[in-house]
Amino acid sequence: MNGEEFVPLSLTPLLIGTFAAIACALPGNFLVLRKQALIGDAISHVVLPGIVVAFLLTGTISTWPMMLGAAGAAVVAVVLIEAVRRLGQIEAGAAMGVVFTAMFAAGVLLLEQTYTSTVHLDVEHALYGNLESLIWLDAVGWSSVLDPVALAGLPPELPRIALTLLAVSVFVWLFWRPLKISTFDEGFARTIGVRTGVLGMALVITAAIAAVAAFDAVGSIIVIAMFICPPAAARMMTNRLETQIAWSIVFAILSAVSGYVLAGYGPLWLGAADAVSAAGMIATMSGLILAFAALWGPCRTRAGAPGTA
Amino acid sequence: MLWDALTLQLGYNATLVAIGATLLGISAGVTGTFLFLRKRALVSDAISHATLPGVCLGFMALVAFGGDGRNLIGLLAGSAVSAWVGLLCMNWLTRHTRLAEDAAVGAILSVFFGLGIVLLTVIQTMGVGRQAGLEGFLLGSTAGMLWADALVIAIGGAATLLLVMIIRRPMTMVAFDPEYAAARGLPVHRIDLAMMGLVMAVTVVGLKIVGLILIVALLIIPPVTARFWTDRSGRVVLLAGLAGGLAGYLGAAMSASAPNLPTGPIIVLVSFGFFALSLLLAPVRGVLAAVLRQLRFQRRVHIRQGLLALAQGQKIYEPLTLRLLRRAGFARADGVATEIGKARAAKALRDEKRWEIVRADQMHEATAALYDGLRDIETVLTQDQIAEIDRQIGGPQEVLA
Repeated sequence: MNGEEFVPLSLTPLLIGTFAAIACALPGNFLVLRKQALIGDAISHVVLPGIVVAFLLTGTISTWPMMLGAAGAAVVAVVLIEAVRRLGQIEAGAAMGVVFTAMFAAGVLLLEQTYTSTVHLDVEHALYGNLESLIWLDAVGWSSVLDPVALAGLPPELPRIALTLLAVSVFVWLFWRPLKISTFDEGFARTIGVRTGVLGMALVITAAIAAVAAFDAVGSIIVIAMFICPPAAARMMTNRLETQIAWSIVFAILSAVSGYVLAGYGPLWLGAADAVSAAGMIATMSGLILAFAALWGPCRTRAGAPGTA
Repeated sequence: MLWDALTLQLGYNATLVAIGATLLGISAGVTGTFLFLRKRALVSDAISHATLPGVCLGFMALVAFGGDGRNLIGLLAGSAVSAWVGLLCMNWLTRHTRLAEDAAVGAILSVFFGLGIVLLTVIQTMGVGRQAGLEGFLLGSTAGMLWADALVIAIGGAATLLLVMIIRRPMTMVAFDPEYAAARGLPVHRIDLAMMGLVMAVTVVGLKIVGLILIVALLIIPPVTARFWTDRSGRVVLLAGLAGGLAGYLGAAMSASAPNLPTGPIIVLVSFGFFALSLLLAPVRGVLAAVLRQLRFQRRVHIRQGLLALAQGQKIYEPLTLRLLRRAGFARADGVATEIGKARAAKALRDEKRWEIVRADQMHEATAALYDGLRDIETVLTQDQIAEIDRQIGGPQEVLA
């Protein structure tokens, strides 16, 4: 495959997929360690009502109102879950289940009510995204990477997800020590003056931002998979948080690239004519990586757990 | 229109859907209760998403054997197999690796769903069979429900209910105290698997009506709703079944009464409505009850403090206290005690002194633990004991000028 074909058709989806994967995997490390992994699942479900409401309010399918709507819905969901958990004294998982399913149902209902044929807004799109369609038509080859005219025609998702990745990385880097301490020992973190409640909320909001930006580009399936699978696989490889994060980034890149390549070219190698869903394939690959890590990872068992392995 | 729907007058399909949804709601509510009590509600999310690859593989198999891929039983069998595989994977991840259950749930959910979507696109490119209905399994599609489909749902739901009734006691015991259950010799792990197998059965049965994303709601919301109303597990099960069945029936009827009202989401929203009502209005655990309790408590504290102040001849500045005392007839508007007020104030002061004795006395340790500044001493001690304490306090003493 030469640059003339690769750069316009595959480079941008590949980059977007990879950036989205890393942006989700980074906060995912902390969420998995804090046993809040399913926040990603909840957020990716409630994004749907968010974008539908944003569409109803603005009447257009433009990106920023939708992302704002999605982010708003994510915040509403987090607050609602917390409210239901506290007011009803319900276990966190059930509270989450109640809130996100109801909001998702409301989203589907609103969507059906407002459906018009001119508007391309559907549930399937929200679920699988459209990674394959994020092509860079202005590019003619590798030389375009340095060509400002061609660069102006980049799909807007790419700078957006790159920016999100940057923001998430900066958040993790800035709050590294408090995040690490409060993840492993919340009581100790409080005694040395870390405001754990605020920090936990900030982490969830960062995750929500990553989820919404990634969702816009690649659909909610990748979001859930990348929040959980690479960090979970990385957790089997090491006992050190720094190493775990490095592994999770490696795994995220690996699943994004291999998933995209397999989805785009795998069927061709097998003799079929068309590509399969890249988002689904990336999720599947991350699952395979997790399976390998769970079977052979050096730190896969609970330390000191009796009779495991 | 809605009335017609509620009385099943809207034609054959609507009636079938309503009956199916009711049965589904009952069995989902009843089964979900055990999952909820075991604090594993979100396991259902993993199970339901894990059905998708099975549906697709079932479709492919049906097409490969020459059908058009619309056989509901075939598709449901496929979904059951893949959900079971997902369940076993999830169990293995939680038992044999260091991953917590939520991470395992999320991993299985996303990976199986991703695989399912890959298979869906494969089917689309195969261009064989009548695949249009497959996406209906995501969000449910009741429009083309047939008598045979309704029969499958009814039989599946009834069988699930029967199984739940048979193993409800071990499931309850495992849900409340797994260690005790293990000590009694119950196979805890296998009971858990059976419970999740039942959840899987409900999920599979519900795919047609509400779809795999929203079936989770039917498994979680009714039990949570029912839990507000009672503390007895048997009643939670019954109420959850009732709430689920009612939501199914009302939701199906409402969706049949107007166009553009998809059945699954409406059922879920009705169910959520029940939940919201219960959250607000339930007698003990509800928000309203809690607020009332708080207000009552606040009033008692104010009255108590006010009476003590009256007894000691202190002036009351707190307007709420004054208002409450006046309303109870203990004080006049200018803060001076009435006759009843004086008597009650004297008693309050004496009770306080009695409590002081009780709390200083090791013999009354258990009683002293009940002291909260509000409890009437007559409710915890007998007349004889109080008389004994009064003897220790002694009679009124002359105040030296």
